[in-house]
Amino acid sequence: MILGLIRNIGQASLSFMAAVGKISLFTFAAVRWSVAPPFYGHQLGRQILDIGFFSLPVVGLTTLFSGMVLALQSYTGFARFSAEDTVATVVVLSVTRELGPVLAGLMVAGRIGASMAAEIGTMRVTDQIDALDTLSTRPMQYLVAPRLVAGTLCLPLLVLIGDIIGVLGGYLVGVYQLNFNPSLYLSRTLQYLEFSDITLGLVKAAVFGFLIALMGCYHGYHSGRGAEGVGVATTNAVVSSSILILIANYLVTALFFG
Amino acid sequence: MLKNPSKIEISHLAKTFGSKVVLRDISLSIPAGQSLCIIGTSGCGKSVTLKCLLGLIAPDSGSIKIDGKETVSQSRTHREEMLRRFGMTFQFGALFDSLPIWQNITFRLRQNTYMSRQKAREAAADIVVHLGLEARVIDQYPAELSGGMQKRVALARAIADKPEILLFDEPTSGLDPITGGVIDNLILNSVRRLGATALTISHDMASVRRIADQVAMIHKGRVIWSGPSTQMFDSGIAEVEQFVHGHAQGPLTDEAILAAKTGV
Ligand SMILES: Nc1ncnc2c1ncn2[C@@H]1O[C@H](COP(=O)(O)OP(=O)(O)OP(=O)(O)O)[C@@H](O)[C@H]1O
Ligand SMILES: [Mg+2]
Repeated sequence: MILGLIRNIGQASLSFMAAVGKISLFTFAAVRWSVAPPFYGHQLGRQILDIGFFSLPVVGLTTLFSGMVLALQSYTGFARFSAEDTVATVVVLSVTRELGPVLAGLMVAGRIGASMAAEIGTMRVTDQIDALDTLSTRPMQYLVAPRLVAGTLCLPLLVLIGDIIGVLGGYLVGVYQLNFNPSLYLSRTLQYLEFSDITLGLVKAAVFGFLIALMGCYHGYHSGRGAEGVGVATTNAVVSSSILILIANYLVTALFFG
Repeated sequence: MLKNPSKIEISHLAKTFGSKVVLRDISLSIPAGQSLCIIGTSGCGKSVTLKCLLGLIAPDSGSIKIDGKETVSQSRTHREEMLRRFGMTFQFGALFDSLPIWQNITFRLRQNTYMSRQKAREAAADIVVHLGLEARVIDQYPAELSGGMQKRVALARAIADKPEILLFDEPTSGLDPITGGVIDNLILNSVRRLGATALTISHDMASVRRIADQVAMIHKGRVIWSGPSTQMFDSGIAEVEQFVHGHAQGPLTDEAILAAKTGV
């Protein structure tokens, strides 16, 4: 019984290490081919449109309502020790440092991570990746590199826009529901906001964007055979990128802390 | 021998996936300018052999020589150079879903040489017309075409830049006999006129008879018979006879029944 348990733990950690190794190699190759010519501008453009532009509604709605609820909740809390005027500051700091990047990251992980894994996975199981390879095109450069670059570039932009919308959500609730003075709320918003708060959020976003694209591509690229394989790849891409986002969020925050 | 050296020389190729032995010992040789057909029951490893040839699957052991040069575990640059001389179709088409037909067909042409959009479209239209399709299909996407049309487009992509070695994985399966005949002629033309060397996987005996100079049958991971296509009907090997005549009863089916019963 105990031996079986030990064996299971052993096997699990071995396969975990193997997966880590495989992902590291994949990451290394992907980054290497992202910086070597030829560059497929058309592919990059398509990905930027898909990740950056078409994710705007999802990210906008998420941050809008998060900003709104944040204003309400922090008001409830801070009213208990008469610190209501900190609401604007709490909203802007939470949104830029934390909620903007994490929520946008998780939403995009669901949207883009899944679609990348499904698209590349389908190409894998229908031999399109093999066909690319035999037609003088490196799949890493044609498929993976544009997605990685687009993910890393687009997420910060999305988060920047999401930050603004989130703060706007807080403002709307603050002014129209909690009856703050509009100009006072705005000045409170900007008063304690530091440039580093925004950069922290954007650095996080870039890391998240990279991770989402990496997981989407990795799982799609190594998709199992058949439609079932693609389904598993899609789920794995979303789950693993979401978890990695939460872990990276802590690591980046800790790195910039103090 | 010296007059007609082997273009492709496969020797003692073996490949196992997990615990499943697919190729045990495959040896084949195709002289330059000849057409070889591989036949064999479903799942015997024909497509795997083809993918080994392209370096898409690394064999466990064995050697593959192209023009006398070893290609197993060659460097990436050598492999990329080698692949430019290959044209191939995959069993299920493998057309790029996200690209219109004309971009599919001229994909490699445009990777390797500068080619204007206009020129590329014209070249694509030429080829599809030649394959019996209407010129306007070049602006459609693969998903909008029927299975047979997709096969022809895949073939067009394979021959677009006149490669010297052609590999076709079941090019005529799922086609009506007339289109199948057109494709057979096209393969023959490429071999006879362009001097290409061809390796075709096929289940279609009529087509094998038309296009093959040589035939090889794979069974249980080995080449159990190979020889001129004219002799395939009197090979004297029970498995080959059953396959080429398409009999329901014989050693091939007996094994399958036995395997299903005992679960091996
Ligand atoms: N990438 C792979 N991983 C694991 N097993 C594989 C892989 N590719 C092929 N196989 C297995 O190898 C065997 C031979 O497959 P292959 O596709 O070569 O058959 P085939 O001779 O082309 O058959 P068909 O005539 O049906 O196309 C099959 O049992 C298949 O399951
Ligand atoms: Mg096959």
